Amino acid sequence: MSSVEIFIIPIGLFMIAGAIIAIYQKNLVAAIVSSGVVSLVASVIYIVLAAPDVAMTEAAIGSALTTVVFLYALSRIRRQGGSEND
Amino acid sequence: MIKRLLILVAIALFGLMILPLVTQLTPFTQLTPLATRYVEGGSSELGAANLVTAVVVTYRGLDTLGEVTVLFAATAGVGFLLRRRAGKEEEAAAHANSANDETAAGSSMPSPFSEILSTGSVVLFPLVLMFGAYIFVHGHLTPGGGFQGGVVIASGFAMLLAANAGRKLNHGVLLVVESLSGAFYVAMGLLGLVLAAGFLDTTFLPLGTLGQVFSAGAIPIIYSLVGLKVGSELTNILESLRK
Repeated sequence: MSSVEIFIIPIGLFMIAGAIIAIYQKNLVAAIVSSGVVSLVASVIYIVLAAPDVAMTEAAIGSALTTVVFLYALSRIRRQGGSEND
Repeated sequence: MIKRLLILVAIALFGLMILPLVTQLTPFTQLTPLATRYVEGGSSELGAANLVTAVVVTYRGLDTLGEVTVLFAATAGVGFLLRRRAGKEEEAAAHANSANDETAAGSSMPSPFSEILSTGSVVLFPLVLMFGAYIFVHGHLTPGGGFQGGVVIASGFAMLLAANAGRKLNHGVLLVVESLSGAFYVAMGLLGLVLAAGFLDTTFLPLGTLGQVFSAGAIPIIYSLVGLKVGSELTNILESLRK
């Protein structure tokens, strides 16, 4: 096993754990943040594999912007659900 | 129970499908002829120190134009769907206002945020904007480019919007920046068609010396336009989602 593999395998396991938490977590905000963490860790893997361009895209779009869009969508859904209950 | 079993079978079959990718993977020890052509031409033909940018903007420039178009279509769809709903909500709010003035006025006020958060976001915002511009202006020299820089700019706007609930963005300016940069991107491609070898050929401007900011022909100009377009489009999505 090369040194890159030794580094990547635990990170990959961490990614899988984050994805499972994102699916099974009942708290939706925590699930959204967890899916953002998966993207952030993926961008670390891209840096290790010497692809900084892809890593920047993944970190900016996958972990930052997607998380923000999901949070906005969640707050919209909560607001509309709340107004129906009133 | 059967449903869960079917899901497991589907996952197992999918795993079986991509297993050869892992087991039969033999790392390349030398570049394919096309890759060799790109690696050698990227710096000598196009003057771009960052090979990824040379491929993305020039060799595969048409694909990048397609990506920008897809992003434009997505933004247009999001804006269309959310705008209509926002219009209905405003109507409903207007009805509620006329029916019950006092409570509606109380709930429509933006909730105040902490002084530190709103002040800090205003201080940080120009720095984030400058960093995004740096990323796409130096796209031909350092990792990153139009898409990455545009997303950094949009994340700066996201921070500003999140920290100041009452702040409004000027939709007109965003639309003008987005349309003009898209139009100029296509115009740059057409200039390549007229003055150089073909559509989106960036060598119609002088290549300059490798590693300078003003070098690599039209690559910095095209990537700056892409950065402005992506930044304004994503900011538009965030703004229309926020309402």
